[in-house]
Amino acid sequence: MDLRFTPEEIAFRDEVRAFFRDNVPAKTREKLIAGRPLDKDDIVTWQRILNKRGWAVPNWPVEWGGQNWSPVQRYIFDEEMQLAPAPQPLPFGVSMVGPVIIAFGNEQQKKRFLPRIANLDDWWCQGFSEPGAGSDLASLKTRAERKGDRYIVNGQKTWTTLAQYADWIFCLCRTDPAAKKQEGISFLLIDMKTPGITVRPIVTIDGGREVNEVFFDDVEVPVENLVGEENKGWTYAKFLLGNERTGIARVGLSKQRLRRVKALAREVGLMDDPRFREKVAAVEVELKALEMTQLRVVAAERHRKDKKPDPFSSILKIKGSEIQQATTELALEVAGPYAMPYVPPQEGRNEPPIGPEWAAPLAPTYFNWRKVSIYGGSNEIQRNIIAKAILGL
Amino acid sequence: MDFDLTEEQRLLKESVERLLADRYAFEQRQAYQKSPEGWSRELWRAYAELGLLGLPFAEEEGGVGGGPVETMIVMEAFGRALALEPYLSTVVLCGGILRRTGQKELLPRIADGSLLLAFAHGEPRSRWRLDHVETQVENGRVTGEKAVVLHGDSAEKLVVSARDGKGRIGLYLVDAGATARRGYPTQDGQRAAEIRLDGTPVEAVLAEDGMPLIERVVDEAIAALAAEAVGAMTALQELTVDYLKTRKQFGVPIGTFQALQHRAVDMLVATEQARSMAMFATMMAGEEDAAERRKAIAAAKVQVGRSARFVGQQAIQLHGGIGMTAEYKGGHYFKRLTMIDQMFGPADHHLERLAEAGGLFD
Ligand SMILES: Cc1cc2nc3c(=O)[nH]c(=O)nc-3n(C[C@H](O)[C@H](O)[C@H](O)COP(=O)(O)OP(=O)(O)OC[C@H]3O[C@@H](n4cnc5c(N)ncnc54)[C@H](O)[C@@H]3O)c2cc1C
Repeated sequence: MDLRFTPEEIAFRDEVRAFFRDNVPAKTREKLIAGRPLDKDDIVTWQRILNKRGWAVPNWPVEWGGQNWSPVQRYIFDEEMQLAPAPQPLPFGVSMVGPVIIAFGNEQQKKRFLPRIANLDDWWCQGFSEPGAGSDLASLKTRAERKGDRYIVNGQKTWTTLAQYADWIFCLCRTDPAAKKQEGISFLLIDMKTPGITVRPIVTIDGGREVNEVFFDDVEVPVENLVGEENKGWTYAKFLLGNERTGIARVGLSKQRLRRVKALAREVGLMDDPRFREKVAAVEVELKALEMTQLRVVAAERHRKDKKPDPFSSILKIKGSEIQQATTELALEVAGPYAMPYVPPQEGRNEPPIGPEWAAPLAPTYFNWRKVSIYGGSNEIQRNIIAKAILGL
Repeated sequence: MDFDLTEEQRLLKESVERLLADRYAFEQRQAYQKSPEGWSRELWRAYAELGLLGLPFAEEEGGVGGGPVETMIVMEAFGRALALEPYLSTVVLCGGILRRTGQKELLPRIADGSLLLAFAHGEPRSRWRLDHVETQVENGRVTGEKAVVLHGDSAEKLVVSARDGKGRIGLYLVDAGATARRGYPTQDGQRAAEIRLDGTPVEAVLAEDGMPLIERVVDEAIAALAAEAVGAMTALQELTVDYLKTRKQFGVPIGTFQALQHRAVDMLVATEQARSMAMFATMMAGEEDAAERRKAIAAAKVQVGRSARFVGQQAIQLHGGIGMTAEYKGGHYFKRLTMIDQMFGPADHHLERLAEAGGLFD
């Protein structure tokens, strides 16, 4: 056992770190540090910078632009990206639908969609959840009926992140209502410009606009946009949801947030308060433990034969989300009375700030970050998975 | 010992709750919040008619001679309704100061609803320290900056703290129109203002040595906020239990999952612990021994802050995605509870004060 990185791994880390340092656009980096929302342009620009360097889709097969990196290298890459900080590549294309198309799509779909995902020419969103199907995703009702060479889609998706920017949506739709609920679902790729699609924003508690309802009213989808086989969509969805193993802990993001909390706390004199310092240190201890747990998962990756989701990833999800939330609580405390003013995220850029400029996004971030224990399989669902798959209960 | 309300207190509770049930449904509340002032003048008049605005004042001052228990009753109802009106600033804080200083002639105007006040005390660098005042008073004029003044934008007069030439922190009444104000909404949908005074003339000297009075009314305000938090927490806890009973996943109401049942139980326990400490704070708000009072109030702020955080966070979690939306009432309780924890210092700030003062039990 040697817990240190090898010299090659360190060299790789330095290379990646230097690249991020020199290539993240300054305005994007400032927004990330301040906790202000990124706009579409920030995300697209960054993805194209990565793509030019050949690092847009490192986890894909080499023939589709991937890198033959070891799990440790992938880990280092993600970590450095969060630490820089650089924008996280939009997961819906790169980590979700891309790998599904690679694993289950046909050649034509690969050629058509993959390069455009890598370069973010197409913005994808994820149409899984419905009003009645959240944790119980398999109970989804959106219907796709085959009529000749098209599917006719009717129904509603919800919580669709950033659908307002999306060119495409990948959807789970029910194609066989008579079958058992997991067995009648298909995985469709739908052009957002198709007539009959309506996107309605949902404002979140922090006043932000990141999620939407998406309505489908007799939307025609060519059958060539079916991924894999009809009625096998649930298998692909499980693959998709279990695909992200190590990214979900977001250790680098929490490190970056803690760094920021300490810097701001120093600015307001709060780091002189031993009680506050201890609270920060306590979160740091948890984060270090999570980092080591994550490295164990990464290292074990080498020995894995099957491609089944690892129940250990549920541990990373639970702890990672709790720690991220803890960092937002510390930041709220640093803001002090200036946590209170509400400054609309888009407006007010020309007006002088109320109190220190850095304070305005801290309470909204605290509110907004409650989401990380809800989405991507809620922390309760993760506990159910661990209880069953690890503990055998 | 008696935890029961008197007949009069029960009537007060019923009438406030009825008024708010009739006129403070969540959609109405959202409409008040979006209006230019951010709260309802109409409701303010209704509060005056009910006698709420003169609650703590003596009868000869236009009031009804109520005490901390009456304030608790009203604030708890406001918490449940997520009321937006400047009650804490005008009645509890400024009313609390004016009724103990020479300015008794203003009290009937507070009671009849015609006078709005704000307590301009905190400053850009004071954080939670009550004795950090850089604003100066000299030859009857006040100069300085006041930060996050609750309802400072709609107030007609301000009670301002300022240091005099002898270094004493005093309290002064000024005309709000003679200051530069920048009003804004707060995270929980209330209002506040940044206020700059630049040689603003003093209308009345309220107290030259004002620290004991400041501490006293802030303690009363914390007791009032504790009651408001309990009202909000209770409503949020009930809302969550209702949701657990109606939301179905996997073919059953999610409230049948034991993991969620236990969480809901913990929310109830936290709410009841907070309720008890809000009562303790109410009882101790009138305590003359300042050191004892301060310890009790700090203890209540700790419990209420912690319970508020737990109940707020769990309520969002148990609602799933719905809890994250601005359209749903639950998130607004969460935000109000978060801000009540912040106001006058969060739980850990008061824990530190309490520990430094030797704790609660000998
Ligand atoms: C900000 C945000 C962005 C999102 N983005 C997307 C997106 O882009 N695309 C998409 O498809 N979806 C998205 N989602 C949806 C997300 O995946 C769902 O919110 C999540 O699956 C939970 O479903 P629900 O909201 O319906 O809650 P519910 O499933 O109704 O859950 C309510 C509560 O019950 C608990 N619960 C449910 N079942 C059990 C059980 N068996 N045992 C114990 N507890 C249980 C849950 O943990 C939760 O606490 C997003 C959600 C949010 C908040």
